[in-house]
Amino acid sequence: MTLAASAGLPATLEAPSTTLEVSHLDVTYRVRGTDRPALRDVSFRIGRQESFGLVGESGCGKSTTALAITRYLPRNGRLSGGSITVNGRDIASMDKSALRQYRARTVSMVYQEPGRALNPSLRVGNQVAEVYEIAGMKRSDALARSEEMLGVVQIADPGRVLRSYPHQLSGGMLQRVMVAMALASEPSLLILDEPTTALDATVEAEVLDLVSSLRQQFKTSVLFISHNLAVIAKMCDRVGVMYAGELVEQGPALEVFENPRHPYTVGLLRCVPRGGQRKDHGRLDTIPGFLPGPGEVQVGCIFAKRCALADQRCTAETPPMYEVGAGRASRCHYHEQAPDLPRATPEDVKLRSADPSEVPVIRLRGVSKTFDVRGGDKVRAVVGVDLDLRMGETLGLVGESGCGKTTLARVLLGLSVPDEGSVIELEGTPLAAKCTDRSRKQLQAMQIIFQNPDSALNRRHSVRHIVTRALKKLAGLSGDSCEQRLLEIIRSVRMEERHLPLRPYQLSGGLKQRVAIARAFAGAPRVLVCDEPTSALDVSVQAAILNLLADLQSRERVTYIFISHDLGVVRYLSDRIAVLYLGRVMEYGLAETVFSGPHHPYTESLLSAVPTLDGTPRERIRLKGEIPSAAHSPSGCVFHTRCPRRLSNGLCESTEPPLVEVEPDHMMRCHIPLVELRRLQATAPDLPPSPTD
Amino acid sequence: MNAGEESLGSVSGASGISPEGPDAPGLAPGLGTLATAGGAGGALDVSVGRIRREQLRLLLHSKAFIVGALIVLWWVVCAVFGPLLAPYGATSPNILSGNLAPSSAHWFGTNAIGEDVLSRVIVGARDILEIAPLATLLGTALGTTIGLAQGYLRGAVDMVVGRIVDAALALPTVIVAFLFVVAVGAKTITLVVVIGFVFSLIIARTVRTAVLQERELDYLAAARLRNESVLHVMFVEILPNVLGPILVEFTVRLGYAIFTIATLSFLGFGVQLPTPDWGADIANNSGLLAAGYWWETLFPALAIASLIIAINLIGDSIEAVLIQ
Repeated sequence: MTLAASAGLPATLEAPSTTLEVSHLDVTYRVRGTDRPALRDVSFRIGRQESFGLVGESGCGKSTTALAITRYLPRNGRLSGGSITVNGRDIASMDKSALRQYRARTVSMVYQEPGRALNPSLRVGNQVAEVYEIAGMKRSDALARSEEMLGVVQIADPGRVLRSYPHQLSGGMLQRVMVAMALASEPSLLILDEPTTALDATVEAEVLDLVSSLRQQFKTSVLFISHNLAVIAKMCDRVGVMYAGELVEQGPALEVFENPRHPYTVGLLRCVPRGGQRKDHGRLDTIPGFLPGPGEVQVGCIFAKRCALADQRCTAETPPMYEVGAGRASRCHYHEQAPDLPRATPEDVKLRSADPSEVPVIRLRGVSKTFDVRGGDKVRAVVGVDLDLRMGETLGLVGESGCGKTTLARVLLGLSVPDEGSVIELEGTPLAAKCTDRSRKQLQAMQIIFQNPDSALNRRHSVRHIVTRALKKLAGLSGDSCEQRLLEIIRSVRMEERHLPLRPYQLSGGLKQRVAIARAFAGAPRVLVCDEPTSALDVSVQAAILNLLADLQSRERVTYIFISHDLGVVRYLSDRIAVLYLGRVMEYGLAETVFSGPHHPYTESLLSAVPTLDGTPRERIRLKGEIPSAAHSPSGCVFHTRCPRRLSNGLCESTEPPLVEVEPDHMMRCHIPLVELRRLQATAPDLPPSPTD
Repeated sequence: MNAGEESLGSVSGASGISPEGPDAPGLAPGLGTLATAGGAGGALDVSVGRIRREQLRLLLHSKAFIVGALIVLWWVVCAVFGPLLAPYGATSPNILSGNLAPSSAHWFGTNAIGEDVLSRVIVGARDILEIAPLATLLGTALGTTIGLAQGYLRGAVDMVVGRIVDAALALPTVIVAFLFVVAVGAKTITLVVVIGFVFSLIIARTVRTAVLQERELDYLAAARLRNESVLHVMFVEILPNVLGPILVEFTVRLGYAIFTIATLSFLGFGVQLPTPDWGADIANNSGLLAAGYWWETLFPALAIASLIIAINLIGDSIEAVLIQ
């Protein structure tokens, strides 16, 4: 295999046209005496200055591929077949010193968590300079070059950043530093492993732009790993879709996403909410079943078990990589039919809509929360929020991290005590500030689904214990009626009786979140706070959870407060949207209105930061700089420091605009009149398609 | 008490799963893949019983654990059947054969009044192996409760208890025990209570730290939103999650308890003569070391050392397995 692969390469090492050639790669991990395949027959190549994306859900082998390329596989992992050649050199044959040189000069990697990739107790400058020192530079030169390099990654004040410790910098800034370090050695291959997953959409957009422009400047080939299809569409020339350790489809990114030819790619694309899709109309499809365990499928197509097109041939005969057009390949016997993959869930569902005439279930008036921090600073996390929630409706709360979404939810639930004067009413009755002072009925009425099921579920308790306890305490059930309700609830979140004795660590992420949902619904709540319930999940699982939440809402007439940083997800589920910035509601209105515009300038920048699946670059409203600290909110309109549409007459800097109704069911906190906003935004070509498209 | 029920429940829960696998082949793939998200390691059909068995297997494969367990087992056997195992009466002086060097008749020699040292070492295991575990158990139970309360309630409780702990720990354990024994008299129960109490303060610190980490987790917020009582949250929600550090702390404290008891006996405030006791024997015979009668001191000292080392070996291996 190695021979065949290298035969295609030029014999000389001078500027070969291929930077990376992965050929029939197999990787196995040895776990307790048995070999478990992690990668099977993975082949792809990355040309000079090309950017190649690997996309797939967790456990598909993306990161293992990256580790294999850098030869950083864990001790129990090994290359059991195939070859990896970089610039024409087989990396398996490298000895210690060659490998050191290879890692120092040829290949660089940027990781997901910039905060963990840097040593917290060393100044950033020392760490960046080290890259140059390894290359043989003197310390003073290295420091000078580091400063230069930070300028290249568009850090405004490189000197200050070099003298800082990692904890003093924001996530976006750290990721720039990481990119600078990775490019310092001018590598021929740059591997980015989920580089923006931990960042806010606005920061992500900046970092992605930076990487694109530097790639051209440094003439580097890029291997971009992400679970986010839209990010790959934006960043990559070609893409490989991975599933359970196999590369199932590859080709030019836009073509693959436009016209997928493998059922898995088709399914995955149908899981991502796009503009125009809503919980009742154009529902997200899901991929049934579970990821097979390593080595579980020996013969046949690895996806056959979850594929609606699969027949006997698929389980009997392993599909080869079929050529399906210029530079495109699909590992599916029926690749012609793949785009017509039957849906796993119906497209349109009748949902009961919210009844607008009813009294609000929740009424918030002047809700504020101020934290006292050391040094006498006061952090105003939530400032004067007024909101009404109607029964059976979903309110989406959006904003960058640190905007007060979660604090507002915790105040509402009584987990944090709001400032004096805040009013929280449940169906007309004022609620006590602390949840421990609320009656059982009031507690029962409001529950929460947390972001991270690992933290939200007691890992020592069984599913049965977790749900039963909530039934007993909140619904006041016991004995047979409790047991009966337990089974009902477990089935309504599409789990089975056999899951009852299991502990959280024995469940997949999606199942864990279902247990959390079952617990939240145990007391038949009137209001349910969903705090980023799908952000820890894969897209196919996310789609299933979102549909489940929509169905449960329609059946149980629950009001949702849905917190998410993912605008697509919020748009899919929400009836109303509130956009928060530094604890203030900047815009509030019907979801349709907020998304179709005219938008508040902040909403506009959030929307334009989101990459789209069709990869069309948007004329973006760029947000400058970081979100200011809530301890020192800017004067006047709190958004003026970053606002791309700030008025030149100084009004924005001096006076805070009130939240006023600019049109029916649409409130905004902006000095610019609606008519003017509409005119400004109509000229920008980046308006998202309206929901009626 | 609640905790005991919890762990019992989990064991029966585990045995409930295992037969289901082979019985329901249609469900098997689902069950198998449930585990996939657990780690990149792969889809291993993990069940609670499986993990317990795996941990036990790792323990039994650890040489340190085996050696430690064998030594402890030996001393436990001595403590229980001491008088039957001992070749001579442990408290039968024979002036005619005093200070005999080790020989085939008296393997460890005899002491000044002609008692067989080997017999006294064997029989002497009883008191120390009675008091030390009891004291440690008491300390662990008390310390766990204090630590749970401190860590979960924080605020004034944490402040006040924390300062009391600091103050109490400023006094050496031996001195505190010493005062109590003098005041109340050297009874087994006094030693158990005094050592247990002092240790509970140290254990409380460990438990508090573990609880503080748990405190940030959302399952406790969920419990508050169910209006669970403080006791339920402490003992049913948090305790099962901090059992690991408590178990390790228990073994470490057990070693220290033995050391403390031996020290008290050495000082003459522990088990009273003529009952055989390692610490007291060392004290009584150390005066004769200069005369060359080393065996009368060495063997009881070795007994103490071997027991403490063995317990630490066990503690270390348990900790290593729990970390994995």
